[in-house]
Amino acid sequence: MKKNQNMNKFWRVGEPMVWLSGAALAMTLLSALVLLVVVMVNGLGVFWPSAVHKLELKDGSLLAGSLIRTEKTADASALRHQYKIANRDLYGLDFRWIDVADIVASTTPAELLVLERMEYGDFYGQLKALNTANQKSQAPTLEALRQALAQVTASKEALSELDERLQDLNYASEGLRLQLLKLDYKPQTADDAQRRRLGDEKQIIDREFVELVQLQTRRLAEIRKQTATFADLGGQKKDIVLADIVQAYAPNTMTLTDKLIFYAGKLYELVAGEPRESNTEGGLFPAIFGTVMLIFVMSLFSFPLGVIAAVYLREYAKEGLLVRIVRIAVNNLAGIPSIVYGIFGLGFFVYGIGSGIDQLFFPERLPTPTFGTGGLLWASLTLALLTVPVVIVATEEALGAIPREMREGSYALGSTKFQTLVRVLLPMASPGILTGLILAMARAAGEVAPLMITGVVKLAPALPLDGNFPYLHLERKFMHLGFHIYDIGFQSPNVEAAKPMVYVTALLLVLIVLLMSSVAIRLRNRMKKRYTFGTF
Amino acid sequence: MSPVIENPLIKVEDLRFYYGDSRALHGIDLDFPEKQVTALIGPSGCGKSTLLRCFNRMNDLVDGSRVEGQVLLDGENIYAKSTDVIELRRKVGMVFQKSNPFPKSIYENVIYGLRIAGEKNKTLLDERVELSLKGAALWDEVKDRLHESALGMSGGQMQRLCIARAIAVNPKVILMDEPCSALDPKSTARVEELIGELRENFTIIIVTHNMQQAARVSDLTAFLYEGNLVEFGRTEKLFVKPAQKQTEDYITGRFG
Repeated sequence: MKKNQNMNKFWRVGEPMVWLSGAALAMTLLSALVLLVVVMVNGLGVFWPSAVHKLELKDGSLLAGSLIRTEKTADASALRHQYKIANRDLYGLDFRWIDVADIVASTTPAELLVLERMEYGDFYGQLKALNTANQKSQAPTLEALRQALAQVTASKEALSELDERLQDLNYASEGLRLQLLKLDYKPQTADDAQRRRLGDEKQIIDREFVELVQLQTRRLAEIRKQTATFADLGGQKKDIVLADIVQAYAPNTMTLTDKLIFYAGKLYELVAGEPRESNTEGGLFPAIFGTVMLIFVMSLFSFPLGVIAAVYLREYAKEGLLVRIVRIAVNNLAGIPSIVYGIFGLGFFVYGIGSGIDQLFFPERLPTPTFGTGGLLWASLTLALLTVPVVIVATEEALGAIPREMREGSYALGSTKFQTLVRVLLPMASPGILTGLILAMARAAGEVAPLMITGVVKLAPALPLDGNFPYLHLERKFMHLGFHIYDIGFQSPNVEAAKPMVYVTALLLVLIVLLMSSVAIRLRNRMKKRYTFGTF
Repeated sequence: MSPVIENPLIKVEDLRFYYGDSRALHGIDLDFPEKQVTALIGPSGCGKSTLLRCFNRMNDLVDGSRVEGQVLLDGENIYAKSTDVIELRRKVGMVFQKSNPFPKSIYENVIYGLRIAGEKNKTLLDERVELSLKGAALWDEVKDRLHESALGMSGGQMQRLCIARAIAVNPKVILMDEPCSALDPKSTARVEELIGELRENFTIIIVTHNMQQAARVSDLTAFLYEGNLVEFGRTEKLFVKPAQKQTEDYITGRFG
């Protein structure tokens, strides 16, 4: 009898429901946490300079490699290691599985070097000879190699000024060519002074351009004369142009501090550097920049549009069948697959509006499209369409949650609807509106599918923001972290080498979303403090 | 039955009010004298708040509401086509049941009505803030934190701030819709005291549930029941010697 009562109470209090909801929350948190941990574990270790082993195999061959992971052999009787053996240009592949049973000895000799190269990935081996302008030495030290590399880097940097000048000239020349083309569309007149003047200008620029290119080629050839000879552990020799070496280090002799400094340097390169080797190495700066800018431009469109639409729906539109239909439509918009938005963006923005703009404003460039092809502007607009329902719903809810007394209080003092809206309602709704914006931004940052057909590329030649007038080039194609993940993860020829970068990129994308949301959340909390009642 | 009111400021003539199809007021005739406090009492749902909200046309905000008859303010029908509602609400201020300061500073709250009217003169605004806050017996408490958020005040202070906000635009009439129902006894006493002071400059119409309050603060009292005016008279007379049986039942607590 007593037990029965206890059971009754158990059900009445709803104990199982409490447990169930707790478990659901725990599951959600756990899956998010596992995802983060997996990405972090795999991503953060990538740049750590781990030891390079000298392996003696049963068949007598020598090999240098760094251990990647270990697993059981196919018959589960023994273990095998996966080593990164680098030297793709010599061996053809740079990862190799080796059975533990086949390894006779494994040591970590100090003289083993790792070279980070512009091409073919890393090189593992020993330094045999230096072959530079002012020194030719046999068996030089790592220090000597570093000095030579520093010199090469300095002369390369001197060249980069030339490079910038070349880019500017190219840009100017292109501008003049387009101006000339534009003139060609006008009927020929006696007054061809302008045409002649532009032509002359272009000739001068083009001549300087050719001269500079020749100079650049000469200088580059000079720099590229400086080489060093390396050998792998098998004795195979390889001459490597110093200019192709990004950095050289001997991981087996590095102290913890050295490794930390090295790690920090790699992180800096990741955030600020340009990508190399079809994006599997080097930095992600253009992709980071593209992602942030995309979200920013998207917000510029979707935020005002969403807020204004919601204000109309909630405050001005007369409640009725039409408004209800519109509301249902808006809610359903959020559920449309994003690729559909992408296709719409391509058809409407790119081919529709973009082509129209080209025909109106840039006829001289046709058939090369300017706005009539995917670009940052169109991708942002497509994403804005995709996220606008989120902003509308959030704003409507925030406006609806304002107590009626607030509106009445304002009206009772003789204010119009508009004044009430601007001075009382919108400030009070701002925390809710910002929540909508945060959700919209997070959604936009994670979208890849619609971008792939509205302007994202694997490698963009220039950033959408630079020093050339008009500075903001919204028609340009751009790079994006989400697309980057897809591209290097699934389109890369060397999957094993690209894998670490996939994790790093994913981690970075998560971090960026986190950073942008936390800024917005801080802003929202400040608004909340200002515009809502504290304790009553 | 009703006392004769000379030169009434507000004259209600055969006012009928509809929420959609249901009639909430069935032809009210009532005169409100200038610079006196008139209380509207009656059980819940008797239409006293509806009647109050007719005086500044707050009921316009209710979808499907409709008014017949007329309300004359200074001899002009406020339901005439030519009436500017904004102008009307500036003449007829209102204090609500739940205090509703805006999420702005105390200063901005008080001058809200002036700001939206386009007043920019800083000296005048400062003056008006001081005057209004003094008028609402709030000046001494908040004069050092005028630019802090109004949301940090106590409930009673907030309600007095709402009164200050209402008198800052210098209205002729102040409507009060159960202004003390959410306040503790001490704050209630202060607000009641304040009402007594305000009547020297303003005409006040107050809706209240609390009959003691009506007896304490008002000069005249109107008793409404189910949308009809049952009795209207000088407060001391109505409470001591009501003419109608219904009034007597209500004020002695037999129903309502």
